[in-house]
Amino acid sequence: MKIKISNGRVIDPKTQFDSIADVYIAAGKIVSIGAMPAGFQANRVIDATNQIVCPGLVDLAARLREPGFEYRATLESEMNAACAGGVTSLACPPDTDPPLDEPGLVEMLKFRAKNLNQARVYPIGALTQKLEGLRLTEMAELRDAGCVGFSQADAPISDTQVLVRALEYASTFGFTVWLRPEDAYLAKGGVAHDGFVATRLGLPAIPVSAETVAVATILLLVRETNARVHLCRLSSAQGVDMVRRAKAEGLNISCDVSINHLHLSEMDIGYFDPNYHLSPPLRSTRDREAIRAGLADGTIDALCSNHTPVDDDAKQMPFAEAEAGATGLELLLPLALKWAQDQGVSLANALARITHHPAQILGLDAGHLTVGQVADVCIFNPESRWQVIPANLRSQGKNTPFLGYEMQGAVTFTLVDGQVVFEAKK
Amino acid sequence: MTINPQLNADGSLRHLLTIDGLPRAILTHILDTAEGFISVSEQEVKKVPLLRGKAIFNLFFEPSTRTRTTFEIAAKRLSADVINLNINASSQSKGETLLDTVDNLAAMQADMFVVRHAQSGAAHMIARHVAPHIHVVNAGDGRHAHPTQGLLDVFTIRKYKGEFHNLRVAIVGDVLHSRVARSQIHALTTLGVPEVRVIAPKTLLPVGVEQMGVHVYHDMLQGLKDVDVVIMLRLQNERMRGARLPSSQEYFKYYGLTQEKLALARPDAIVMHPGPMNRGVEIDSSVADGKQSVILPQVTYGIAVRMAVMSILAGN
Repeated sequence: MKIKISNGRVIDPKTQFDSIADVYIAAGKIVSIGAMPAGFQANRVIDATNQIVCPGLVDLAARLREPGFEYRATLESEMNAACAGGVTSLACPPDTDPPLDEPGLVEMLKFRAKNLNQARVYPIGALTQKLEGLRLTEMAELRDAGCVGFSQADAPISDTQVLVRALEYASTFGFTVWLRPEDAYLAKGGVAHDGFVATRLGLPAIPVSAETVAVATILLLVRETNARVHLCRLSSAQGVDMVRRAKAEGLNISCDVSINHLHLSEMDIGYFDPNYHLSPPLRSTRDREAIRAGLADGTIDALCSNHTPVDDDAKQMPFAEAEAGATGLELLLPLALKWAQDQGVSLANALARITHHPAQILGLDAGHLTVGQVADVCIFNPESRWQVIPANLRSQGKNTPFLGYEMQGAVTFTLVDGQVVFEAKK
Repeated sequence: MTINPQLNADGSLRHLLTIDGLPRAILTHILDTAEGFISVSEQEVKKVPLLRGKAIFNLFFEPSTRTRTTFEIAAKRLSADVINLNINASSQSKGETLLDTVDNLAAMQADMFVVRHAQSGAAHMIARHVAPHIHVVNAGDGRHAHPTQGLLDVFTIRKYKGEFHNLRVAIVGDVLHSRVARSQIHALTTLGVPEVRVIAPKTLLPVGVEQMGVHVYHDMLQGLKDVDVVIMLRLQNERMRGARLPSSQEYFKYYGLTQEKLALARPDAIVMHPGPMNRGVEIDSSVADGKQSVILPQVTYGIAVRMAVMSILAGN
């Protein structure tokens, strides 16, 4: 299959290439950008006039809900959502049921995902058995089965000795440990940011210190163990500042933030809307501004969807009882674009946060458009507007705080391995 | 989402979910209406026909005797049909969702739900869900709001003090977990009380409580100085077992209301308590039963206030 993507604005954040050009794809790879290779005869021409052609998006946190939560979503539904969102590679946290703590589970997930021939799935293995924070998993075996990192998902390790052993063991093999910085005790029972909104609504609260105490602990242990750590879903200004200083010191860390925390704050909870029940909680507007600035100045390496499909039954409950989480795969691109527009960041820089940078964190040769590279491509119309309503979402999870919002930027084509896996209806 | 869910498009009251955000005129209207209902309770036949034919469901998802009883009495004095449901013991324990329970009861032609629930925001959720003709009264949700208690408290204050604009009011105790305190603070500040104080150790105060318009005191001796009204909050025993307080003895010594501490307030200060009281923990018996206490009149006025709320909501 040979494909020519003609006349699009090709942006590769890694090489800073940004020009109107034709892209030629053959045998699953990019064979040329610009000049047509000799003898190239396209089986298909995609007209990308007035559209952006960029690397397929790389998402650092997308729950596919299999195994164990198929009533919430299936691999098939969420892979469809990924492709519709332009996402061609995604990392999935280990908080399935059972958790991804055995090689067989990882192999099964990889096998099932591969058979769907859609986005590439990169499992993050459980750092401890059953995510209980007590005993380490067989990390090397899990790596051999396909895991690209190890994480506790949203279940922080409360025993610091277990945490330091996990970091030591992972660093033995050069594995990256993904940690959501949250002190289990300080966050216990809380559902909203410990600020005026939680006080007014009488919601049990999670202080910023739940994040900063954990960040401080992790940073101290990184210094001690020299482990490579990726901090997931920062939510606070202080947390961002601590990471900024640690990076300046030269610590081997990276971090991400979710699309929800990039755009929303505690004020958006309104009158107990469960769609805004997220973990970590939406924090103050000051925290949100620090996150937006941190993503712009590079302190925060990547933007992720933190895609968590939640069914209606689990959301149609009083705020604190409703399950935390929101669908996000299809919102990653438009919300990155919106941030770029709001923040005055270039399109290439915004795309870097959802392509090249997350690929680097995952250790993948992905997220860039260069000749010889596997043809994972996203084509989108930056001017196209659409409304976030359940009917417009392919994910089985229809709950998001952005329900009703108008998004700008719509994916028109997604290619994985040089094959069209998504094509928007005209 | 920014539209106040308890108001109709014309600004009138559709549900009573919280006092937060209600205009002063609505609060005053409720208090004035309650005045008219006090005499009903003093008549030989304690009934008026205002809500005859209306079905009011008391949905209590957590235990309560006092509040449920006063709502029941209030509804019956308005001639409504009252159905009491202790939901913990029935549908919810069988796995039915809250909204399924509400749907089933709505199908029984309910006109009003009086809701008590352990989770903040439960009454809001039900109010968002029900058909337009059904009214929801929040009878206490989690730590969030207990608006009729807040209203009966300000009604009591008005009865004894006449005006709000020249008062100092102190609220003492577990503000952090108290839906009553939040409703009292909103009611008092909305009605123009110039100085509302909260007095508690830091472990019992929520972050940013000052933004609700109150002055924070950790020393009860300073906080009670020259106040006109002292409102004591119930201290739940489970707080003692956690890390928030070391013991009931220490709490009583520093935050319990005794005659000596009450003497710091104005001589004509009144003492209130939403009940049930823990004597010897937050309040000394001599104060609870003393001449400055208006704790029992609060209960009496509570019926009139709840009659006012129900008649305003469902009587139109």
